[in-house]
Amino acid sequence: MNGAAPFDVERIRKDFPILSRELPGGRPLVYLDSGNSSQKPTQVIETMREHLAQHYGNVGRALHALGSESTEAYEGARDKIAAFIGAPSRDEVIFTKNASESINLVAYAFGNPVNTDERFKVGPGDEIVISEMEHHSNIVPWQLLAQRTGATLRWFPVTDEGRLDIDRLDELVNERTKIVSIVHQSNVLGTVNSESPILARVREVGALMMLDASQSVPHQPVDVAELGVDFVAFTGHKMVGPSGIGVLWGRKELLDAMPPFLGGGEMIEAVWMDHSTYAPVPHKFEAGTPPIVEAVGLGAAVDYLTSIGMEEIKRHEKELTGYALEALQEIPGLRIIGPRTVVARGGTVSFTLEGIHPHDVGQILDDVYGIAVRVGHHCARPLHLRFGIPATTRASFYLYNTTAEIDALVRGLHHVQKVFG
Amino acid sequence: MYQELILEHYKHPQGRGLREPYDAEVHHVNPTCGDEVTMRVKLGDGGKVLDVSYDGQGCSISQAAASVLHELTTGSTVAETLSVVDEFTRLMQGRGQVEADEDVLGDAVAFAGVAKFPARVKCALLAWMAYKDALVRSQA
Repeated sequence: MNGAAPFDVERIRKDFPILSRELPGGRPLVYLDSGNSSQKPTQVIETMREHLAQHYGNVGRALHALGSESTEAYEGARDKIAAFIGAPSRDEVIFTKNASESINLVAYAFGNPVNTDERFKVGPGDEIVISEMEHHSNIVPWQLLAQRTGATLRWFPVTDEGRLDIDRLDELVNERTKIVSIVHQSNVLGTVNSESPILARVREVGALMMLDASQSVPHQPVDVAELGVDFVAFTGHKMVGPSGIGVLWGRKELLDAMPPFLGGGEMIEAVWMDHSTYAPVPHKFEAGTPPIVEAVGLGAAVDYLTSIGMEEIKRHEKELTGYALEALQEIPGLRIIGPRTVVARGGTVSFTLEGIHPHDVGQILDDVYGIAVRVGHHCARPLHLRFGIPATTRASFYLYNTTAEIDALVRGLHHVQKVFG
Repeated sequence: MYQELILEHYKHPQGRGLREPYDAEVHHVNPTCGDEVTMRVKLGDGGKVLDVSYDGQGCSISQAAASVLHELTTGSTVAETLSVVDEFTRLMQGRGQVEADEDVLGDAVAFAGVAKFPARVKCALLAWMAYKDALVRSQA
């Protein structure tokens, strides 16, 4: 961002009160689990507190002063998010409760008998394409769609290096394909996928394309118009915003053609006893009282990230990732699952330690050093099966992490090896 | 949490490997972390537990628990081992507030610290739940 102060991680850390707390036993907190959920800066916490303390009312339906202040804040957050992701129209930004709901919303538009739009018709013989590196949230909604409609679910394989294998792109994506939905940045491998070759093929066969951007929007500049895909899903809590708020961006013309997802208050135009008509997007997809304060908080999160600069955040994380990849690979018996260079890769590093189960690794890192990492299959079980391992340990970095914290991780891993050696 | 005894059993598991003959075999998994155990039970006259054999993979807590279980159950009676299962379960579900009965638990008392970590209690209980299940099936 023009005029922004130079990136200063120590200054940034002061914005996140939780980073200076101590854990029981006087352990300092080393938070390396932002891929799971990020911490929140004072700017977000205070904006939410201020809204609850001074402006709270229901949105869109209350005519009084608080109702209009709340509506203004809620819709203002939509404007901020639209600008942050380069949405051509604010009406293309739909608030959901998380990325999972965003993906489900799109999946339920397909094969729905009330939807007569040809692009969303799905039946036996039709195909849905995802990849082996998906989070369960971009697997299960499509499995359910396949089960409902008799369509076939197909998968892009993953290479040994942890890259998307698109060698058989032309066969996998074909005239039977209705939608391709893949992850923008893997929550396990850190791999950043290039959507363009896939999108070109998707357009050739007349299918639609969705990106699960839960791990990319928080960490790099993402411009949905530039990406050129049809739908993008992401979530607030991974981008210094609160939990309980997610976003679906979709091309307006498609959102207009899709049937409602959840029915209820505020998503209607008029209701009769025998039928209803629906509000225009985005409100058609926002049934019931939405997560108001959470949306306002996400607006503040976007302001915060913009004030630091997404390019700066990306650059900082790239430095951390390079540092971590180098330091971790010096540990004997440590195997990185995913690309070993910083090329087309984000700050999520998963690994195994020979002979030691990740749950033991994570427990000792936490107990002894206060290092928070994630252990397990990270909601990406098919990917772990692909690599023949039950689980990994994952360190994931964000704008507030430091190389000193990576040093602490390396020291911690040496200690783990001593305990189990 | 990582008592020397737990690490010892993890590094040098006792009675590991599936053996014949057996009356029942069960397979239990812990879906959240992928721990798994396959367990066989062979009972003899007078409710005697002749052999408990097992195989599995997972974290140190889950695998050490199976090893300790093998030691505590083999050669005892079903009734005796069920009281150990009950006491162990009570200890694990006690959120670290329960005083363990060392006379009943023997070496299994080393797992007392696990009870303070709700996410790990299932790891410690995996083999014991499998054992209980295998007993029911062998007596069916």
